[in-house]
Amino acid sequence: MNTLARIAAQSAWNRRGTLVWVLLSIALATALLLTLERLRTDIRASFSQAVSGTDLVVGARTGPVQLMLYAVFRVGGATNTISMDSLRAIEAHRAVAWVVPLALGDSHRGFPVLGTSTAYFERFRYGDQQALALSEGRAFSATLDGLYEAVLGAEVADRLGYRPGQRITLSHGMAAVGGELAAEHDDKPFTVIGVLARTGTPVDRTVHVSLQAIEAIHLDWVGGAPLPGVRIAAENARKFDLEPKRVTAALVGLKGRAAVFNVQRFVADYEAEPLLAVLPGVALDELWAVVGIGEKALLAVSGLVALVSLAGLVAVVLAGLNERRRELAVLRAVGAGPRQVLWLLAAEGAMVTLAGALLGAAVAAVGVLAAGPWVQARFGIGLVAGAPTAAQWALFGAVIAAGILAALAPGWRAYRLSLADGLSPRT
Amino acid sequence: MIDLAHLQFRWPGAAAPVLDIAALHIADGAAVFLHGPSGCGKSTLLALMAGVLVAGRGQVMLQGSDWAAMPAARRDALRADRIGLIFQQFNLLPYLSVLDNVLLPARFSRARAQRCEGGPVAAAQRLLGQVGLDAALWPRRADRLSVGQQQRVAAARAMLGAPPLVIADEPTSALDAARRDDFMALLLAQCRASGSTLVFVSHDERLAAAFDERISLPVLNRALHGAQDPVNEHAQQQAQQQAQKQAPNQEPGAA
Repeated sequence: MNTLARIAAQSAWNRRGTLVWVLLSIALATALLLTLERLRTDIRASFSQAVSGTDLVVGARTGPVQLMLYAVFRVGGATNTISMDSLRAIEAHRAVAWVVPLALGDSHRGFPVLGTSTAYFERFRYGDQQALALSEGRAFSATLDGLYEAVLGAEVADRLGYRPGQRITLSHGMAAVGGELAAEHDDKPFTVIGVLARTGTPVDRTVHVSLQAIEAIHLDWVGGAPLPGVRIAAENARKFDLEPKRVTAALVGLKGRAAVFNVQRFVADYEAEPLLAVLPGVALDELWAVVGIGEKALLAVSGLVALVSLAGLVAVVLAGLNERRRELAVLRAVGAGPRQVLWLLAAEGAMVTLAGALLGAAVAAVGVLAAGPWVQARFGIGLVAGAPTAAQWALFGAVIAAGILAALAPGWRAYRLSLADGLSPRT
Repeated sequence: MIDLAHLQFRWPGAAAPVLDIAALHIADGAAVFLHGPSGCGKSTLLALMAGVLVAGRGQVMLQGSDWAAMPAARRDALRADRIGLIFQQFNLLPYLSVLDNVLLPARFSRARAQRCEGGPVAAAQRLLGQVGLDAALWPRRADRLSVGQQQRVAAARAMLGAPPLVIADEPTSALDAARRDDFMALLLAQCRASGSTLVFVSHDERLAAAFDERISLPVLNRALHGAQDPVNEHAQQQAQQQAQKQAPNQEPGAA
């Protein structure tokens, strides 16, 4: 086999002009497949890591998926609010460590505004138990002096070009970016005092203010519209009772995971108002089942890409076969059997596929490494340039296996031809 | 060396056999000139002698072994061990050096390598010298040589390790007259020197003089009898119909 291997190598080198294209097309397919798979895994990870370290998400009684959509992803509206009394009752449960209230409903130029407590910045976790960090400025204070302070998510700051010190006004409801102006809370402008570091979660698209600020801007409002003839100036608002009565949802942390079902039942059975508590992990999985169709489309595209490039491999090898009939006849004349001819073609296919797949894997790795920060900044997907996932290994193996099989098809034809040609190919 | 008996061969899917030979014997050490026009089955007969093709009926024996009785792998090994082949053209692997091309049989056959005096490389260099190729040409890629030089490389390769049988299929048809005569003299001398049997095929009967024995394939091959143009099946059928009309009591094609 040593002689054959050398002949295979020299023969392939002799046709390197053609084989380079086959190799490149396999490399391209492999790189695409691996990158798509990486993207798929990381999109899913980004999605499922939108919230972590929170044991329960509590809101008015609705579907778990809907609660997750508005409480975590800031998509859609809450059907109902929950009272602060209920939250205080939950906080008093002996298994509960902390409660972070969330008040949603306002927006700034299409980005959702979240009213919350300062505990949010300490308790909220995303990804692999990562805490929020400020890239600029500081968090809003819990005092009345800091009433009109806002902390921006990274994408809000990037897109709108805001730095700390920027004055912004909030809009009532969720007005689309550039759409018709909703009612503005322009009488009570906010000052940006901090910008959060990028997380790749919905936090990046959120404007954070205090719960009291949400109360303050709605003092002179009833039912989604300003009260006619009533104007409470920004400064005067501080004199009112700004303690919130109702919020949209709450994040709940427990002292120990073991009590999670206990607390969940406690919330569900709470008598003063109908409440719902969901385990974020479970609800995210349910949500992924809904939005995961895109993932299947990615998979299908990956498969098609692989199929097309392998078909290209077969086509190129088959097209080259006629040129090689004379070569194969010479080899047979000096004592090579059809089996060795078959081996020669299969080995070439395997080597070209392997080299192409390795090149593709390298391209994919470099691509992820190079484009990672950009993808993170642009789409909030944290691409991990780490060791290949199990699925990536499987895809890599599948490409090589398919490449060898694809090379066997022309090999088989060459075997048949070398039998039918006898000593003189009729070309 | 070679014994054929009751040989019939047809290509897969073909209606009629291309070869039908009652008997043929080629003695050890003989230099045989096999001639006939294009399409009379010369190349097919050579492929059968070399065990590349296997007869459907009858026997083709090389030194007493029946090709058809052997498994394919054994045929390949035996061919590598005992037969040197020269084609009309394109004998060489273009991407190998001249020397590596000559060494190919020794790489595929241990027996051929062992018969090389002083080792395969020394033997190959000696043969290349004998066929008149300068040492400067040996490391060159085979396709950098002229056609005449390439044929001489092919002859050297066929002779490497002194195979008992050398088969040459119109090796001179691409050469001009002067080179053709040189090549013929060289090939015959080499075969005599190593004691190899030579089966030389050509349609050019002017070359026959130097050989011990002449075989006319059209005479030998009964598959052609009764047809003027063996390649043209239509003509063959017409000829057979003609024959039937003329001799209605006789079986068509019977000689």
